[in-house]
Amino acid sequence: MSKKQAASLHWRRTRKLTFTTLAIWFFFSFVIHWFGAELNSFSFLGFPLGFYMAAQGSPIVFVILIIWSVRRQETIDEECGIAE
Amino acid sequence: MNGRFIDNLPKVYGLYTGGFLVFIGLMAVLEQMGVSSDTLGILFVAFTIAIYAGIGWLSRTMQVDAYYVAGREVPAFYNGMATAADWMSGASFVAMAGGVYFGGYGYLAFIVGWTGGYVLVNSLLAPYLRKFGCYTVPDFIGTRYGGNTARLLAVIVLVVASFTYVTAQINATGTIAARALQIPFEVGVWFGLLGILLCSMLGGMRAVTWTQVAQYIVLIIAYLVPVFWMSNAQDFGLIPQFSYGAAVDRISELEALHGVGTLMPSEHFDGLRALTTPHAEAANSAMASWKFITLVMVLMCGTASLPHILMRYFTTPSVKDARRSVVWSLFFIFLLYFTAPALATFTKLQIMDPNLTTGIIGKSIADVQSLDWIQKWASVGFLAISDSNGDGLLQINEFFMRGDIVVLATPEIAGLPYVISGLVAAGGMAAAMSTADGLLLAIANALSHDLYYKIIDPEADTRTRLIVARILLIIIGAGGALVASLQLSSILGAVAWAFSFACSGLFFPLVLGVWWKRANRQGAIAGMAIGFLVGCWYLYHVRFAGGTPWLGLDHLRFGIVGMAASLIAMVSVSLATEEPDEETQAMVDAIRIPGGKTILDDAQ
Repeated sequence: MSKKQAASLHWRRTRKLTFTTLAIWFFFSFVIHWFGAELNSFSFLGFPLGFYMAAQGSPIVFVILIIWSVRRQETIDEECGIAE
Repeated sequence: MNGRFIDNLPKVYGLYTGGFLVFIGLMAVLEQMGVSSDTLGILFVAFTIAIYAGIGWLSRTMQVDAYYVAGREVPAFYNGMATAADWMSGASFVAMAGGVYFGGYGYLAFIVGWTGGYVLVNSLLAPYLRKFGCYTVPDFIGTRYGGNTARLLAVIVLVVASFTYVTAQINATGTIAARALQIPFEVGVWFGLLGILLCSMLGGMRAVTWTQVAQYIVLIIAYLVPVFWMSNAQDFGLIPQFSYGAAVDRISELEALHGVGTLMPSEHFDGLRALTTPHAEAANSAMASWKFITLVMVLMCGTASLPHILMRYFTTPSVKDARRSVVWSLFFIFLLYFTAPALATFTKLQIMDPNLTTGIIGKSIADVQSLDWIQKWASVGFLAISDSNGDGLLQINEFFMRGDIVVLATPEIAGLPYVISGLVAAGGMAAAMSTADGLLLAIANALSHDLYYKIIDPEADTRTRLIVARILLIIIGAGGALVASLQLSSILGAVAWAFSFACSGLFFPLVLGVWWKRANRQGAIAGMAIGFLVGCWYLYHVRFAGGTPWLGLDHLRFGIVGMAASLIAMVSVSLATEEPDEETQAMVDAIRIPGGKTILDDAQ
């Protein structure tokens, strides 16, 4: 694989990872909170679910999401042979 | 200790943390021996500031690399802590829990927005800007798009956004210094500025980095210890963050009992509020949901455009470390942000629950007014009690307070020893100082590097550049303190504006600079100028000219309008003009690959 091919494969995979990450981010940033009142009729760990998602659920998802995303990116860098 | 400072970081900060805990223990002993609470407050604030100033002095430098990007040798873990301190302002520390206390569910938009923004920072910007190898954010704009106009516009947006933010921070240091050291507010502001400059002036980014790590340790201990203590003293469980669900439920019952949301206050006290919003009731109309998510969006995009945050990721040794340090940043920020709603909930329960000894709502006004913490905070104008209906009992609409009290007075409300209040004051000071440092440095660096060195005098030697940078730091700091001493706006209002300013002008030019090769100079100039001007005009329109907000986008959310204008202008102007030359396109390709030299090193 030439250097140019490696770079273009790397960017395609990076772009895909970014879109996946941002799709999950979008869901937990906006979609879920649009339905805050509906979610509040469910209970989770003793919390009203809508309140829980805004106070704790979404931030926890963001932490896990960013860890996963950075790990995937490091694997992509190495597999394409253009890590530092 | 052998070897360089960088190799000994775990030891140095381990000792520092241990030393700080010993100091807290010592203060507790002094309190038992009868030393007054005022003296303890002074000791806490003075001791911690002295440590930061010491670190600032030890990190002094005359090297450009060390001054602008801490020599690019900050490990991911420590850069995460420094970013968290840089990020969490006096407002986050002091006002966040109070915001949830008064605003309930609606205010949680700040928690979602100020954590989720880091997903954007990691996915869209930080690793690519690190690969680029710039000193400042306008440096990226100026080189990617070429030309002084683009660079200058980026500097202008940066200065407006950061300056709005920094006055609020200096204001917060002034407030805390004034209270802890028993000096007038106007003096406190200048005292706070002195502390801030001691941390940043001699060593630039290097000094700010290592003081911010120290400040993060103080602020997180100061935030978490009272919450854990209080929760365990009141049997909410070992890790209260996961077990306050029952407290949320109990508050809903008490709200019905006390008439929260139905009993409206009939009197007004400046700067104080009575509780009128139910705690957990979520947005139940399309408009309310829309307001929630638009606020989340402004805060997230603002996070990804604020230069004092982005420039922290220029200091890591590699692109991989830049990414990993975003992870650590979010984790360290998360620790405080997922605690704030818990703290707000506990405090509310303590005040409202008649079954708890701390409960005051529904008790006789004479009894409540004899409580120590009520007297103390009423005497400084942080709370007020008024028997509006003359029945001798305290109703929910007769108890007025400032949101800041939730953090500042909770230890006293829960009857914890004063040493905890001293600790909280030191934590608030650390939060406000660390953010002010980062902001002042971002402004001064942009002016000295981009305006002075790149535009006005490209021949300037290293010495002159670094001296100019320091003089600018003092001037801007003094300007900030001057504005802060006028007390023009409340702490949180100005902070939210900074996010809207930043994302109106910078979000799309930055993101598209990496993600859209076709973006060119004309497009970027249009994106920054039109986005920023439309944002400013809209802010003026809804806030000062009495205009009706479009679609409920009030002055806290004006960044949505600015960003939309910026995106449309940038894309349409880019497409209408020539595509960037091959050299620029090759540069964008190189930014996207983690390996190899930085773009700016390669060019030299």
